[in-house]
Amino acid sequence: MSAPLSGLTVIDFSQFLAGPYASLRLLDMGARVIKVENPDGGDLCRRHYVSDTRIKGASTLFHAINRGKESIALDLKAPQGLDAARRLIAQADIVIQNFRPGVIQRLGLAYEDLRPLKPDLIYGSISGYGESGAWSCEPGQDLLAQARSGLMWLSGNADDGPVPVGLPIADISAGACLAQGLLAALFHHARTGKGTHVRTSLLEALMDMQFEFLSTWLSNGEAPPARRSEGSAHGYLGAPYGVYACATGHLALAMTPLDRLGPLLDLPDLAGDPFKDREALCQRITRRLRDKPAEAWEAELGAQGVWCARVLTWDELRAKGGDPVSRMLPPSLPLRMGGSVGSSARVGPGLDEHGSALRAEFGLSPKR
Amino acid sequence: MTLNAPALPLTGLRVLDFAQFLAGPVAALRLCDLGAEVIKVERPDGGDLCRSMVVNDQRLEGDSLVFHTFNRGKKSVTADLKQPTDLDRIRALIATADVMIHNFRPGVMDRIGLGYDAVRALNPRLVYGAVSGYGSIGPWRDTPGQDLLVQALSGIAWLNGNADDGPVPTGFAMLDVATAGHLVQGILACLVRRGITGTGGLVEVDLMSAALDMTFEQFTCFLNDDNQQPRRHAQGNANPYQPAPYGIYRATDGWMALAMCPLAKLGDLLDAPQIAAFAQEDAFTRLDEVKAVVSKVLETRPRQHWLEILGAAGVWCAPVLDWPEFAASDGFAALDPLQTIRTPEGAEARTTRCPIRIDGQTLRNPAAAPALGADTAAILTP
Repeated sequence: MSAPLSGLTVIDFSQFLAGPYASLRLLDMGARVIKVENPDGGDLCRRHYVSDTRIKGASTLFHAINRGKESIALDLKAPQGLDAARRLIAQADIVIQNFRPGVIQRLGLAYEDLRPLKPDLIYGSISGYGESGAWSCEPGQDLLAQARSGLMWLSGNADDGPVPVGLPIADISAGACLAQGLLAALFHHARTGKGTHVRTSLLEALMDMQFEFLSTWLSNGEAPPARRSEGSAHGYLGAPYGVYACATGHLALAMTPLDRLGPLLDLPDLAGDPFKDREALCQRITRRLRDKPAEAWEAELGAQGVWCARVLTWDELRAKGGDPVSRMLPPSLPLRMGGSVGSSARVGPGLDEHGSALRAEFGLSPKR
Repeated sequence: MTLNAPALPLTGLRVLDFAQFLAGPVAALRLCDLGAEVIKVERPDGGDLCRSMVVNDQRLEGDSLVFHTFNRGKKSVTADLKQPTDLDRIRALIATADVMIHNFRPGVMDRIGLGYDAVRALNPRLVYGAVSGYGSIGPWRDTPGQDLLVQALSGIAWLNGNADDGPVPTGFAMLDVATAGHLVQGILACLVRRGITGTGGLVEVDLMSAALDMTFEQFTCFLNDDNQQPRRHAQGNANPYQPAPYGIYRATDGWMALAMCPLAKLGDLLDAPQIAAFAQEDAFTRLDEVKAVVSKVLETRPRQHWLEILGAAGVWCAPVLDWPEFAASDGFAALDPLQTIRTPEGAEARTTRCPIRIDGQTLRNPAAAPALGADTAAILTP
């Protein structure tokens, strides 16, 4: 069966992570993605080096997020570049952009500008904090959105300061939300022939990530979730939920009734209110779990049906994970479908690598 | 915009939600917010286990509050899938559906007779979504696919927190929510394809793949960096692979986040020659030293003082807010991110809305989650 989005063309004006993540998902499911980049260096992510690792001169991150895409360099501030962009859009299905609010209007490529050109256009926008309001002009960067969203007080332990999630959770979740909205719009388009403007922001995506907690907080008199003194993993769940240091290694324990866990740990009198007595209960469990290596506990408790897992490093994960770990290395489409999907490309395009071919294919004027 | 208003993109679609707890129901919730009719199929004795998973002692009309937040706006029918009569009724319902979602462990649905191949024969247009912890093969397929456990196995717990900390899991169900998002994407892509080919498809997602997708940036670094386990920063870690000053810092009256910034520029702005004295490559090679020096400078003044200086110069920084501060902020108000849900009996709770906006409209649905079996009589043929 064909990849579900084969035949669809996405014009992607976005940079860095959130927007390119959304177009990567569409690409992995069969769409063609054309990156429109500024001639002066292109996507800023090309030069955004993390850990100083590079492939073909551009950052590994750039390749990871732009693998399989095509690139054309256009100066959108010059009439010729703008005209070329409009011609591309007129022949495409989806546009994605993540400029700061106001910028796309100044360029003349806002949804409203393009509707006369292509009334059934599907158009996706990602901002940091929405298009209006106090933060709309603040930089829409992952760590900063995490900082504002209250999420940094959910991880780590009671005596810690704020603990960010150590991966770009705002970017990735906002990109995923946009991909969902665009796909719903494609479905709508197939039935009605109508276009749609889909919008989300880093902050909305982070609130969606926290929605279980936020709903609880909004309904409990705004009593904040309490992190445990050690091994904290969920501010509103009672003992034993959390991470425990063992004789060697660490063990994660999920929801398990205390009267079931107690006998298995030779703590027959392990009892109490799982939330109110959480610290005391967890301290008893901690002392007991220190007696053996995490690996032994995982085998022993797991065999009894207790929801537990040893905390692994990436080397251990790779060695032990089998499928789906090997299927996701190097990172690829995180879902499987009946039918061929996924791009085999492992690197992103060079800046303007496909410029000449795209100019010919889409009838754009040759590069000056 | 209200439920099933014609303008919603998925209006008219029927989704059967056989899933429990989080990832599956949250995927169905997203489809519901986008306009689909979602029918939960639950076992008669208690239904979705999440109904009784009371977090923080909070309930709404007898069911746990979190159940309502995952299942608002849906319908509920009950059926005992082990009874032939009930199974026949559900097969008849499946014949009318566009999508079904389940998160039974691998093999369970096949044994019931509702595996993909059996269902495809019944309804070739159906898109079938399956959620698992670790996929349908591999060493972990029969172990519990729970968010914290997958965070533990996937190395995520070693990305948060500081170098001297033990593993620090993310304190909310990030992998369940991410997995739900992947399922929604796969289902919608298959629905788009169905518009052309007329046939449905199978979409399988799992929490472990979602974990690897979430870490794809760092994992790609790991794979291209001699497989060195990433080392968290000594203090204020926010991403092990980011160079100084990236991270969290304490001012005299609170915390602030500082993203990427060249060291020379930062030193100038903070009037701190000891920062400017570092070479830019020290941002990687002497990361902890640099951050310690930046930290010493920032801890001497109030947060706002620094945010104004840095912000005016275009440096990416922000205050670290807690929920009371966040909920009171103008930025929060501008997003209008909340909605109130109501049960038919009038009990109310506030929750977040769908994070996707369509044609300038937010997607809201005031319905609470259904009582167990509330729609059985109306939907299932007797």
